[in-house]
Amino acid sequence: MSCETKQNQERAYCDYLLRPGNTNCAGCGMSIALQWLDSALGDEKPTLVIPACCGIVTAGAFPTSGYGVPTAASTFAAAAAVATGISAVAKMNDDPHPVVCWAGDGGTYDIGIATLSAAAERNEDIIYICYDNEIYGNTGGQRSSATPEGVVTTTTASGKGERKKDIMAIMAAHRIPYAATLSVAHCEDFIRKIKLARSMTGFRFLLILSPCPTGWKSEPEQSTELIGTAVRSGLFPLYEIFEGSRYRINERPDGTPLEEYVKQQRRYKNVAAHLDPLKNFRDEQWRYLDGMVKAFPATEEDGG
Amino acid sequence: MSKSLVTGNLAAARTLAAAGEANRAALGCCAGAYPITPQTEIIEHLRGCEFSKGRVVAVESEHSAMAVCMGASLAGARTFTASSSNGLAYMVENIFAAGYYRLPIVMIAVNRTLGPPWNIWVDQGDSLMFRDAAWLQFYCDSHQDLADTILLAFRVAEDEQILLPVIVAMDGFVTSHTTMVVDLPDQAKVDAYLPKCNVPHRLSHAHPSTIGGLTWPRETELHRHEIQQSMERVPAVLATAIDEFELVFERRPAGILEAKCTEDAETVVIACNTMARTLGDVVKARREGGEKIGMVRTKMFRPFPREELIAAIGSAKRVAVLDRNHSPGSGGIFWQEIAATLRERPDVLLQDYVVGLGGGDVTPAMIGEIIDDLNQRSQSTAPIWKEAAA
Repeated sequence: MSCETKQNQERAYCDYLLRPGNTNCAGCGMSIALQWLDSALGDEKPTLVIPACCGIVTAGAFPTSGYGVPTAASTFAAAAAVATGISAVAKMNDDPHPVVCWAGDGGTYDIGIATLSAAAERNEDIIYICYDNEIYGNTGGQRSSATPEGVVTTTTASGKGERKKDIMAIMAAHRIPYAATLSVAHCEDFIRKIKLARSMTGFRFLLILSPCPTGWKSEPEQSTELIGTAVRSGLFPLYEIFEGSRYRINERPDGTPLEEYVKQQRRYKNVAAHLDPLKNFRDEQWRYLDGMVKAFPATEEDGG
Repeated sequence: MSKSLVTGNLAAARTLAAAGEANRAALGCCAGAYPITPQTEIIEHLRGCEFSKGRVVAVESEHSAMAVCMGASLAGARTFTASSSNGLAYMVENIFAAGYYRLPIVMIAVNRTLGPPWNIWVDQGDSLMFRDAAWLQFYCDSHQDLADTILLAFRVAEDEQILLPVIVAMDGFVTSHTTMVVDLPDQAKVDAYLPKCNVPHRLSHAHPSTIGGLTWPRETELHRHEIQQSMERVPAVLATAIDEFELVFERRPAGILEAKCTEDAETVVIACNTMARTLGDVVKARREGGEKIGMVRTKMFRPFPREELIAAIGSAKRVAVLDRNHSPGSGGIFWQEIAATLRERPDVLLQDYVVGLGGGDVTPAMIGEIIDDLNQRSQSTAPIWKEAAA
């Protein structure tokens, strides 16, 4: 269907960043996040670079595409480097479209981390967005270094033995202009952070906790609620880091017990009876964040 | 033209830079750069270049060097890089991706033996591992041949009938680190010779598409078939590129292959790169001694020039291949291609000689022994290893 034939409708089919009729699973956090990315950027359509992950399966099969913006399917480890090339050419030709990497936790925390680190170190003009579903979702649910401790995956049958990697601290250590965590249960905060990132230049890193009902063994209709619980229980803090050195917390835990989050996902079945490691992980994360905010607070000049 | 006393690496780097600069009227140029011996001088020089519209990105690995080229080429710029040996091995995934994306990237391969065991000297095992990638490959026998071939490479790669990446190879150290007088092209002439780079399938907000996503088997097979058809168009496109090169630069570089003294030759020896120059001296001396011997320098390896090779061999009855490379469990890689080509000539005795692996000298005396061995053979045998047999 061409854009021309739809031009009289309120919004042309081709105008959507994520087009209707894509093949994503019901309750996929990535679908929500892509639509909010679209809303936040508005007319400033991004050029997408997507490595191997569910995000490129979203495109569907040639010659159709689920994406209404120019999209490069990069090799798994290479998203930030491919985006570097696109961004370099955009800059030298005054092309205003933001270059956005859209990658899963596998392509970010694991196989792509050298490329990501290098692009961050060069402070490339890229918005790098990781939709973190804490699993290799595309291949059917294997562990990644983003998988929380104790979670059952197809490669950690009795629960993962190691804790989740702190990618935000790693990115902050690069002293990039902006890093933030985003929740698909907090629309205004989500959109605000995309817009703030868009207003900056240089390397910007956004981390989205992205529910995956297929891998998390959760109910699709509960996806956003689950992420809301993850934020309220303190397991997934919403915060921003400016220039890797100034911290701002956007929302504090409200006392919601971790049990509320864990009991809705069968991936946590081995953890439910032994929540202490997960509670320790959460509490340690907050001690660290509170300490950073106290020592290195963001200022009003940081915006947003 | 300006005569310059330069290393092979510098001849390559200056020519790449001139080609990149020539695209300033279009979308500019971009390179990913990562050092490895013996290629390092190339990327050092490129990083020092001031482009009107261009950027050389100092990346963290060869994998990313090629990824930057892919991104920049997908955005429509002229792109190039260089690597060697294990750097090329580390780049493999993106080398295949660049070919299948149909991006006209030009890469200098400074041939170096793959490790381990570690060895920094020349053999062609590194770039030849890409024989099944959708890349054109040219092997250069001199500094001048290298500089000229780089310009031809951009012309052919970016031609809308081709749109495939090109490897231009030279011998590590023997070419890369030796100094020769080279006619390096003036910018104005490069500007005249290279059209604006146009990647027709580049990312575009006017016509958004998804590049490199899922395809079904039929579309995948058609995609591969189109690449094969483009490969088959290379000889004609290259011939035009050479004709126009001669008009602009008043010199005619070698193209697919070079045949010498093959018209009435009963024995023909085939080699590539600088080894072919040594071979040329041996053949010349033996011709003067009355032997009916000729030689072929195989310059273009992909696409493999079957028709041209059959024609070059002429009526020879004995053919030797000097392979400075080896595919374990098979034999020399050029020999494999030539054996497949010569299935039309069952009367030819074809013998492979594996020589100079790991950068060993291939001397006139050694080539003389090979010719003597070939001439006394009544039938061919498994590839002969000169060093191991000695």
